[in-house]
Amino acid sequence: MLPYTIKRLVSLTISLMAASLVIFFVIEVVPGDPASFMLGLNASPETVAALRDSLGLNAPAPVRYWQWITGLVQGEFGISYTYKVPVSELIADRFWVSMPLAIYALVLSTAIAFPVGVIAAAKRNSPTDVSIMGVTQLGVAVPNFWFAMLLVLLFAISLRWFSAGGFPGWEAGFLACMKALTLPAIALALPQASILARVMRSSLLDTLGEDFVRTARAKGLTRRQALWRHALRNALIPVLTIIGLQFSFLLAGAIIIENVFFLPGLGRLVFQSITQRDLIVVKSVIFLLVFAVILVTFIVDVTYAIVDPRLRRART
Amino acid sequence: MALLEIEKLNLSIKGTPILRDVGLGVDSGEVLGVVGESGSGKSMTAMAIMQLLPVGTEWSGAIRLGGKALETFGEKDMCALRGNDIGMVFQEPMTALNPVQTIGDQVAETILVHSGKSRREARRIAREALNRVGLPEDRFPLSRYPHDLSGGQRQRVVIAMAIALRPKLLIADEPTTALDVTTQAQILKLLKKLVDEDGMGLILITHDLAVVADMADHIAIMKDGEVVEAGDTLTLFRKMSHPYTKSLFEASSHVPSRSPVHVPGRGKPVIEVSGVVRDYPLPRRSLFAAPGHFRAVDHVSLAIRRGENVGLVGESGCGKSTLTRAILALDPVQSGEIRLNGGVFSTHGHGPDRDMRRRVQVVFQDPYSSFNPRHRVDRLITEPFFLLDEQPDPPERRRRINEALVNVGLQPSDSQKYIHEFSGGQRQRIAIARALIIEPSLIVLDEAVSALDVSIRAQILDLLADLSDRLAISYLFISHDLSVVRAITDRVLVMKSGKVVEEGLTEDVFRNPRHPYTQELLAATPVLDEALKAREARAAANGSGASS
Amino acid sequence: MSDLKVEPSLRMGMVLAALRTPSFLIGLALTLVFLSAALLSFVWTPYDVTDLEIANKLKTPSATHWFGTDAFGRDIFSMVMIGARTSIAVALIAVGIGIVIGVPLGLLAAARHGALIDEVVMRANDLVFAFPALLMAIMITAVFGPSAVNAIIAIGIFNIPVFARLSRGAALSLWQRDYVLAARVSGKGRTLISAEHILPNITNLLIVQGTIQFSLGILAEAGLAYVGLGTQPPLPSWGRMLSEAQTMIYIAPHLAIFPGLAIVFTVLGLNLMGDGLRDIFDPKLRRAR
Repeated sequence: MLPYTIKRLVSLTISLMAASLVIFFVIEVVPGDPASFMLGLNASPETVAALRDSLGLNAPAPVRYWQWITGLVQGEFGISYTYKVPVSELIADRFWVSMPLAIYALVLSTAIAFPVGVIAAAKRNSPTDVSIMGVTQLGVAVPNFWFAMLLVLLFAISLRWFSAGGFPGWEAGFLACMKALTLPAIALALPQASILARVMRSSLLDTLGEDFVRTARAKGLTRRQALWRHALRNALIPVLTIIGLQFSFLLAGAIIIENVFFLPGLGRLVFQSITQRDLIVVKSVIFLLVFAVILVTFIVDVTYAIVDPRLRRART
Repeated sequence: MALLEIEKLNLSIKGTPILRDVGLGVDSGEVLGVVGESGSGKSMTAMAIMQLLPVGTEWSGAIRLGGKALETFGEKDMCALRGNDIGMVFQEPMTALNPVQTIGDQVAETILVHSGKSRREARRIAREALNRVGLPEDRFPLSRYPHDLSGGQRQRVVIAMAIALRPKLLIADEPTTALDVTTQAQILKLLKKLVDEDGMGLILITHDLAVVADMADHIAIMKDGEVVEAGDTLTLFRKMSHPYTKSLFEASSHVPSRSPVHVPGRGKPVIEVSGVVRDYPLPRRSLFAAPGHFRAVDHVSLAIRRGENVGLVGESGCGKSTLTRAILALDPVQSGEIRLNGGVFSTHGHGPDRDMRRRVQVVFQDPYSSFNPRHRVDRLITEPFFLLDEQPDPPERRRRINEALVNVGLQPSDSQKYIHEFSGGQRQRIAIARALIIEPSLIVLDEAVSALDVSIRAQILDLLADLSDRLAISYLFISHDLSVVRAITDRVLVMKSGKVVEEGLTEDVFRNPRHPYTQELLAATPVLDEALKAREARAAANGSGASS
Repeated sequence: MSDLKVEPSLRMGMVLAALRTPSFLIGLALTLVFLSAALLSFVWTPYDVTDLEIANKLKTPSATHWFGTDAFGRDIFSMVMIGARTSIAVALIAVGIGIVIGVPLGLLAAARHGALIDEVVMRANDLVFAFPALLMAIMITAVFGPSAVNAIIAIGIFNIPVFARLSRGAALSLWQRDYVLAARVSGKGRTLISAEHILPNITNLLIVQGTIQFSLGILAEAGLAYVGLGTQPPLPSWGRMLSEAQTMIYIAPHLAIFPGLAIVFTVLGLNLMGDGLRDIFDPKLRRAR
């Protein structure tokens, strides 16, 4: 188990390095001179030179990359060009909106998809299964931000059960915040839950056809016992992969959904920064999000080893 | 009263009849061998007894176990019966165990679902069952996972699960087909021992007449969903009243007739393999140690003369496949040299040129994966023409396709068909045609008849013998099946752990094996005649012809 | 990966199977409806969407304006038609990028399985997977400014590893087949074998995955356009129509309904068609499910 985890950690570090290089290259090397890009066409050469100086852009690219990376390790993201405050401060508050939203949605989606997928597989080809498959087929096709708008129309405008948006801030209390995040989380979770339920069902059906399930039945287990004790854990392996992938979609989705509900998250920050050409903020937010995705991939990989004893021996 | 009685069992799946009027019976302490080729319905009969039938199955007739009529049993009653009164062992041990559960938990589960025993007591019984099947505690603790057990060991775990509660009846469906001969002999011995100790009835389903001749007290021969002949083993083999039984018997011990010109030791060698070594890197154990090597082929030398058939036998992992890949120049050799018709074919760092390469062709084991399903037969069998410097003109190409097809007993008109229109045996003929079309000096037959039913196998062996006589082609015949090698080859090499341990004229090696491993292999191989003779001797000693 | 047994002379049978697969037929019908709407929009729409008639703004659906009008008095039905054009074009080109770059990479990695190039391709794939299409679009837009081309590039890049992984996995299993070994014994090289024996036998798989990525591309394009990273005005697009509708959700909720339904039905149609194709290509799987 330990060698496997170490190996995954090494691969996590390599992924992070590669990702940071890509981000640095696209944001700081591709535009040519970031300073004149940020200031726009009308800036005077003196202002550009001053900005170059204050951003340390006169150093060669490898040095700047190294400074950026060492800064990141210490939690220093640099100073925002438009807000004139450390980017870490800008990000911190907003991070605690986007991340809980993505996790909330992931939990919801998994909690809905598991039982639904298992029931559909256990009752395959029954009316229950057919209707579940129909509903999930529709769920997969619904864009989450449009679904969010429909939820607002129904629950906030017609029924007035929830407010149409906004976020009270964590100092207003956990429950108030969760309430504010509930509609956004549902909007994010249901389309993803549809995908996950379908994967769960088909993975379970595949596993139910395996020889070892037949062996279990020959021991005298009922269909249901064979499903719960033998098929389910084996069926989880492909499902875990999808859950890992879903996190990155949920995180990206969260950024979009924030617009519907006026949530002060990373999405709002990054879109404002794009309009203001604040590349430093954009760079930091993207790195943070990519870091979260890679971290979740790592967690999924380690979970594999818990589910599947074959992986615990270092090799992959 | 018999332990199990089946009467007039008719079964169909979604309207397609699978079994017709099947009748069988087994007594306690007795072994019933059910023999048949693929599609004969032997496995479906077993699944009918277990009542583990696919969706859409309808059946009628009577299945009685110890007087209980299973046709009146519901699913709940059957669950109580399976694993408790009837145990079952399957063909493929590699996939029969749950990969994420320990062997202890899997064996203990049989006990837990059927009795109110505590988990601790269940694990004690599981331990006992594993000990009985030859998996002692010091090497096989309950906490081991299936993935680090070999096929034979996994099959023992499956048997332990099946016999943990000492069922009255054990069904073994081709339990040794996926295993090596020496492992097969051990598993069969184990089954026999368990039957004797517990007084179980055993239904042994197999395609191998030699196995049942050795193991079974009674035999039922099945064909196309019907029992064509059944009876006491000796009597059945003596009489063989049904023509199918007779043809099965003949095909099982078939020796193709070959002209006697094959006097080995004469003529120049077609291929000479000398001192060939093939290493595979092992996965790195740590970041700091250099990765180790596994030597799959260790200084192997062999020579095959024109028109000569040489056999290469050995169990899985002995290196025969690796050697084959080296001879086919699919993998490079690391040291040593392969010479063809006197010239260098391949050596370390050098592969064969196109002209050399076309002198060596191959026929693989699996007729179903040997052909690209999207091409027609003419394109399939002319693939080796790629090795010609000049492509034959259309009439010449046409002529050679027809000649190759006729040579292997097919029609020229078959060249426009797709591969899925052919049966397994016909596909193997097409594979031979593909090898022949470029007029090679040597054809490597890599388990080329192992996937075929015995009657088809006999036909393909005849074809191979005929071709080698007529066209003076040499064969390197690679197989795990000793009886086939004995039937078709002039000389034989025995491989173990990457080395050739014994080499000689086939008849000499089979009559007087010198190396202990060859002796072990031969002793483990079931041979029909010998099994019957031994049985007759036992019967004579007991003083009755058809005992039981 | 299990549809590899499809055989050419079964093509006639496949047509018959297609006619008996309801999900395929419904999916095909939906897809054709939107495809023809998109094509038709080049030559004809009920109203000209560049005509702004403020007097006629925010009309609810009626006989004259089937889907109503927007804040500028433009006909929503006409805009949905032109929006179909944008969505389909972006998603289709993005699938093309994924296939044209991803499939050769996957085949190359499989042909050189275990070699350095295989490792490099796979690690690069993992890296791209860490950037969801949205993040990619944010990066590109931050540097080049928003446009439909950015959306195509971002979604296209995201499609590359999908096709690379799929074709590598399927090709690896085919490289184990004896017919590939037979081709090697016949002296054929890896490139020729990939072209002659591997690629034709994974096309079914690629078609099914292409349909799925097409539908994901429609969703992604809508999302990007919604947050302003995709198609720019004055070109109508479903995502942008929705973001404009959102500002007026209290006074004119009908603005949000039709572009949303258009997305749902297009994606649903493509998914149904993909599922149907999978069933048709793989009768074995169909029986099992």
